[in-house]
Amino acid sequence: MPHSLSLAGIDYAILVIYFLFVLGIGWALKRHMKGSTDFFLSGRSIPAWVTGLAFLSANLGAQEVIGMAASGAKYGIMTSHFYWIGAIPAMVFLGIFMMPFYYGSKARSVPEYLKLRFDEKTRGFNAISFAVMTIFSSGISLYALAKLLEVLLGWDFNASIAISAAVVLVYIFLGGLTSAIYNEVLQFFMIVFGFAPLAYLGLKDIGGWEGLQARLIPVATEHGFAAGTWTQSWQHMGAAQSNPMGVEWFGLAMGLGFVLSFGYWCTDFLVVQRAMAAKSMSAARRTPIIAAFPKMLFPFLVILPGMVAIGLVQSKGYADLIPLRDGSYDYNMVIPNMLAHYLPSGLLGLGFTALMASFMSGMAGNVTAFNTVWTYDIYQSYIAQNKSDAHYLWMGRMATVFGVLVSVGAAYFASRFNNIMDLLQLVFAFVNAPLFATFLLGMFWKRSTGHGAFYGLVIGTAAAAVHHGLTLPAGAVAGIKGGWLGANLHTYPSEMGQNFWTALWAWGVCFSITIAVSLATRRTKTDAELTGLVYSLTPRTVEHGEAWYLKPALLGGVVLAATLALNIIFR
Amino acid sequence: MNFDLRLPLGLIFSLFGAMLALYGLASDPAVYAKSLGINVNLDWGVVMFAFGAVMLGLAWRSRHPPGPAK
Repeated sequence: MPHSLSLAGIDYAILVIYFLFVLGIGWALKRHMKGSTDFFLSGRSIPAWVTGLAFLSANLGAQEVIGMAASGAKYGIMTSHFYWIGAIPAMVFLGIFMMPFYYGSKARSVPEYLKLRFDEKTRGFNAISFAVMTIFSSGISLYALAKLLEVLLGWDFNASIAISAAVVLVYIFLGGLTSAIYNEVLQFFMIVFGFAPLAYLGLKDIGGWEGLQARLIPVATEHGFAAGTWTQSWQHMGAAQSNPMGVEWFGLAMGLGFVLSFGYWCTDFLVVQRAMAAKSMSAARRTPIIAAFPKMLFPFLVILPGMVAIGLVQSKGYADLIPLRDGSYDYNMVIPNMLAHYLPSGLLGLGFTALMASFMSGMAGNVTAFNTVWTYDIYQSYIAQNKSDAHYLWMGRMATVFGVLVSVGAAYFASRFNNIMDLLQLVFAFVNAPLFATFLLGMFWKRSTGHGAFYGLVIGTAAAAVHHGLTLPAGAVAGIKGGWLGANLHTYPSEMGQNFWTALWAWGVCFSITIAVSLATRRTKTDAELTGLVYSLTPRTVEHGEAWYLKPALLGGVVLAATLALNIIFR
Repeated sequence: MNFDLRLPLGLIFSLFGAMLALYGLASDPAVYAKSLGINVNLDWGVVMFAFGAVMLGLAWRSRHPPGPAK
């Protein structure tokens, strides 16, 4: 087992003060929650820098931080493709091309947009699958947090779950989405202040970038790859066999960079909700673009420590950084162990609190998305229409309680049946994969119809499942990893490669079926009904009185150019 | 909404910064062997305190906008 963290008085003081602040923010916002729009959409009143940082932070759960450092150790700098290819372009696209329709349509959620643009059944399919998915994700966050506290500090698993769930419950119950957004911004700065010293000290210890490059050469050659594989992001992407990810550039660019990335960043209500809370159309459009600036630099904060750790284990024999478990490296312990190795009491408390905060805000993000979709898209649509606004505000609070309780249940479920959680996540991946095709056609092709969207989504989801059921990653046996339809038509070099291609298939099928069914069915919405929902029928937005440097297109261009430069520098 | 997030941000980071910097001054230098001999509590505490102070300053300025004297 890894050595446990030992926290001193000052570390506990930081932890306690942080959580008092979190609860205090919820308390201070309570009196602002006058109607359901305040609770679910923050009254559409938040400035862009706040929604932007929250947009980034809502995705920056602890699994992300821990997982990216783990991948940094396992795959090296290629992990940054998840940021530079797998996030930035989609975030810029969302801000420039899609936000005008999300924000301008006055839809209160992503499923509600589908209802306005297509029909009830498309909304229902998306709302129900999203609600189930998000509540289980919240439970997985909670489980991972309690497990980590148990391993690192020997805290009681049940008590950790109860306390974390109670904190999240209280601050969302009181302050709704605003509370979640404000705490996400607080968490963003905690992560930056907590992890920047870690990246700095690690890099200094290994001898700077040159030292890191030199120390990672034996790591690469030991795995049978070319010397620079761990420190060059593009040069070994020619074939799936020549890099540790087991992915070639086309699968990466199309599967991750296009389908998965756009499918997540542009359609997942968890992140889009943050932009919808912005105070104006212009602020909403700037939200994901402002988020893209720090996102672009995050590899240096979360991936670099993982790369440093594997380099130090290899060259200096710092065995405490990456513990062995059942004979192989337990990469998920990289971040906690780096914290314990480099940070003295004081800063250690800050880093540890940042980690704990990101688990909780990951959970809170899911809970706020859940309570909105439940209240507006399920409860108000199918169970109780035409109630007073106060009633829906009450329902939102009840949904928060219910959502947290189900998350707790899911956390225990995860601790008992790990395989069933894996299975659920797999099913969710199937549901998500085709979604971007539906939105793309919905927003940019006015001829696409409700029937087209619905059957495209359902058949696209099925296509993802069938592709997964007929292929296997190398070295796996038929079962949860694939091949469960009784045949194996193709073996991928890695699970990641298989995931990317599953997504590509799902997207392609959804795209084609939506077009085919749309052409075969009659339009049910007139041009007038689609104004504000479809590109060709919506007047271009003109920003009045905005300074030139606030224009979304300009900011988007700058961040894309900077990302391109990073790709070239670290090619 | 009449609730400026810069206020709590400024409060918490100037508080954390001050706590770390003071702790860094008071603590035994031997504990900094693990951080390569750098007193990271003091150095980083000062940086965080400065960040907190700037946030507080911005929050204060938006409440008391400089304007022509009446």
